[in-house]
Amino acid sequence: MILKVDNVTKNFGGVTAIKETGFTVNPKEIYGLIGPNGAGKTTMFNIITGNYAPTSGQVIFRNESLSGLKPHQIVRKGIARTFQNIRLFSSMSVLDNVLIGFDFQARYSFLESIVRFPRFISEEKRIKNRSMEILDYFGMSSFAHDKATDLSYGQQRKVEIARALATNPELLLLDEPAAGMNPSETEELGEIIKKARNDFDLTVLLIEHDMKFVNQMCDKVLVLDYGKTIFEGRPCDAIQDKEVISAYLGDFHND
Amino acid sequence: MDVTIFMQQMINGFSLGSMYALIAIGYTMVYGVLRLINFAHGDIMMVGGFLGYFGIAVLGLPFAAAVLLAVVGSALLGMASDRIAYRPLRSAPKISLLITAIGISFFLENSFNVFFGGVPRAFPVPPYMEKMVEVSGLMMPVSAILVPVVTVILLVIILWVLFKTKYGMAIRALAFDVDTVNLMGIDANRIITLVFGMGSALAAVGGIFWAVNYPSVEPMMGVLVGLKAFAAAVVGGIGSVGGAVIGGLIIGFTEVVVVAFFPELGGYKDAFAFVFLILILLFKPTGILGLDFEKSRF
Amino acid sequence: MNIAIKKDQWINLAIIAVVLWFIWFASSHFDEYTIRILNNIAIFIILAASYNLINGVTGQFSLEPNGFVAIGAYVTALLLVTPEAKLYQYAIVDPYPFVMTLHANFVTALLLAGTFSALLALCLSFPVFRVRGDYLAIVTLGFGFIIKILAINNPEVTNGSLGLNDIPEFSNLYWTGGIAIIAVIVVLNIVNSKFGRAMKAVRDDEDAATAMGVNTFKAKTLAFCTSAFFEGVGGGLLAALLTSISPDLFDFFFTFQLLIIIVLGGLGSTTGAIIGTVLVIGGSEWMRFLDEPMKFLSYETTAMPGMRMVVFSLILIFIMLFAREGIMGKRELKDLFKSKKKGDK
Repeated sequence: MILKVDNVTKNFGGVTAIKETGFTVNPKEIYGLIGPNGAGKTTMFNIITGNYAPTSGQVIFRNESLSGLKPHQIVRKGIARTFQNIRLFSSMSVLDNVLIGFDFQARYSFLESIVRFPRFISEEKRIKNRSMEILDYFGMSSFAHDKATDLSYGQQRKVEIARALATNPELLLLDEPAAGMNPSETEELGEIIKKARNDFDLTVLLIEHDMKFVNQMCDKVLVLDYGKTIFEGRPCDAIQDKEVISAYLGDFHND
Repeated sequence: MDVTIFMQQMINGFSLGSMYALIAIGYTMVYGVLRLINFAHGDIMMVGGFLGYFGIAVLGLPFAAAVLLAVVGSALLGMASDRIAYRPLRSAPKISLLITAIGISFFLENSFNVFFGGVPRAFPVPPYMEKMVEVSGLMMPVSAILVPVVTVILLVIILWVLFKTKYGMAIRALAFDVDTVNLMGIDANRIITLVFGMGSALAAVGGIFWAVNYPSVEPMMGVLVGLKAFAAAVVGGIGSVGGAVIGGLIIGFTEVVVVAFFPELGGYKDAFAFVFLILILLFKPTGILGLDFEKSRF
Repeated sequence: MNIAIKKDQWINLAIIAVVLWFIWFASSHFDEYTIRILNNIAIFIILAASYNLINGVTGQFSLEPNGFVAIGAYVTALLLVTPEAKLYQYAIVDPYPFVMTLHANFVTALLLAGTFSALLALCLSFPVFRVRGDYLAIVTLGFGFIIKILAINNPEVTNGSLGLNDIPEFSNLYWTGGIAIIAVIVVLNIVNSKFGRAMKAVRDDEDAATAMGVNTFKAKTLAFCTSAFFEGVGGGLLAALLTSISPDLFDFFFTFQLLIIIVLGGLGSTTGAIIGTVLVIGGSEWMRFLDEPMKFLSYETTAMPGMRMVVFSLILIFIMLFAREGIMGKRELKDLFKSKKKGDK
């Protein structure tokens, strides 16, 4: 077990977004978090990453409670994320975007950067090489010096994942990675994620609406509805579960 | 300490606090819908004071009509500033909005300075406002009673608008979620302009009360008051109208009471609001009645 | 790639050499009035480049310069004015004994001025940056007023509203220009390091920066304190240039001028800050005519002091509404060469 969400509840004012939900993710698993809109999936992500403090319950990562840690500290423990609507740094190059992931791994001090100590130069070289390696892995190194937001949507998604991998995570949270992509892009992305899981020793937790994608990718899924767990198990069983079907039908009716 | 002097100071504090509150409401409402510190708000209060002055001294209007002129004129100015300067920047980085606000503030201060001079002009206070009346053994001018009374009336009206009308609900919804307002079938931009109008109208009333109390107007009168009123809004809890009133009263009372009881601190009077601001940011950043905005917008 | 870095370094060295030569040439050939303006420009380059670090690079709207410049000026003045000069100028009350013993050489005084400012900035960082930083502008605006109130109400230290006089005139073009070069190099080195990247990340998307493990509080605080340091140093240079200072000197107009400079040059560009300084400080001299009586056809207006400020504020609003990128956008000098190369291909 690498991640354990332990009986978490989250209230916003009077509204309960997540109610007494828990699940565990095992190392190297690709775990899907699914459910209709407003089911509390992104809220769950924000609790794991420390953006929200749970009203009760806790998150345990590698046998260590994350309670009270700030979001940037949680990243340094080995949890990285992407966003539902891609959020690259718009004024920066692709390379600089990935370099941000190395921010806390570059070992030089403020004064060393001002007077350009040898350690500054060697460390910058090291993280630049590492960044280029990661970009190369995603086939993006030729775009390294382009402005990140000038790329196509699919390319931006890859840069965002590359950027998250730069933080050297053990657990990668992907918030609707296939959203806005065409079927061939989605398939390519799925392959990359699976490959990266093996090459980077990753555990992946993802939110997704595309059930085909989930079926193809995930070893296990958790279905949330109105902040409560209604199903946990294999994705192929989920789509036959009565409660899951009615939750989704209800959602379609609302649309 | 003499009981009557003490009561006198309490009333002064309430009166000053009410003025801060009137101005703080505008800050808090604009921050609620736009997350903008509207630096020009204090200067709109100054314009309100000047319009009142012109109404009485130049046009020879009765006091009530001059107040109406100031309220309408300031509301129009506030709405115009939104329409011309802030609306084109809705999707721009927030820093652009803030810089524009500073620009408008500086423009108002300096153009009034250029055209009307920096020397304070005596405000023609109507005689009945200066008349001393006795209330349970205390002598005080009519204006000292009028300010809190009018503030309470205006506050009731504002709260009624916010909680009982469709537009008020839209204003409150806008503070949390732009989409909800669009779903209600209301143009969010119109709501924002309305907020500027309401806030500016209240600031004009505050400006006239200020002018009556000190009896003068000058182009820079809104600078420090604006700063203090914003501090009041943060102390009370930014985004909350009730909070703005509480914050305004706290700062008003503190200024009056500390100066009355520790005259040696008189030189630092203008620093109290700032100290409150720092303390509240350190210990309760959401303020006394604060809403947790960050989480609502993530 | 290695050769490219070396080429960049040669270009930088050449630019520095040209600037140094210009400083020498100006000092020995130009008249006093021109040198005064050049001194102003050099000091404002220090202030603008560092102000741009918090406002432009980190994207946190701050209105701090006048407060920190005032602190730097007072610290430097107290350290430089001789005990004899102090003895006769404290007219309101006698100074505290420790004021009489304060003394340091010029470099130490400037360093202390910067350090003192930076420490105060650190104190302000805690209340402001713990919450998102929305309140930075209002807190720094208030801070400027507080500094003024403190200066007026503590005549035992500051000589109250009379201010301090007879500050030795140490500043000259070598000092102001030399320190301007150092300030620009330091700021650029910060921008081109992981610290600068983190600051830009905070500006572009704070949540995403946090999600990359960036400590955004630290990034903002570093930018703010560095700004304050150089504003303190700039204030010290200003005090040693003007030879007398008073609380009124550091009013909000000071900050407003710097804001126009960095907005005109392009928020986030150090090159832009330098260009903006030359344009605004030079232009401001030229625009003095606005404050004087004017003749329209046969109609003569009276003198309108402050007209310049009205024009300044209109320029600021205009840039924000219609030309938000300013002259340089977020680009630096070297980016201009790069895009040229691309165009050649």
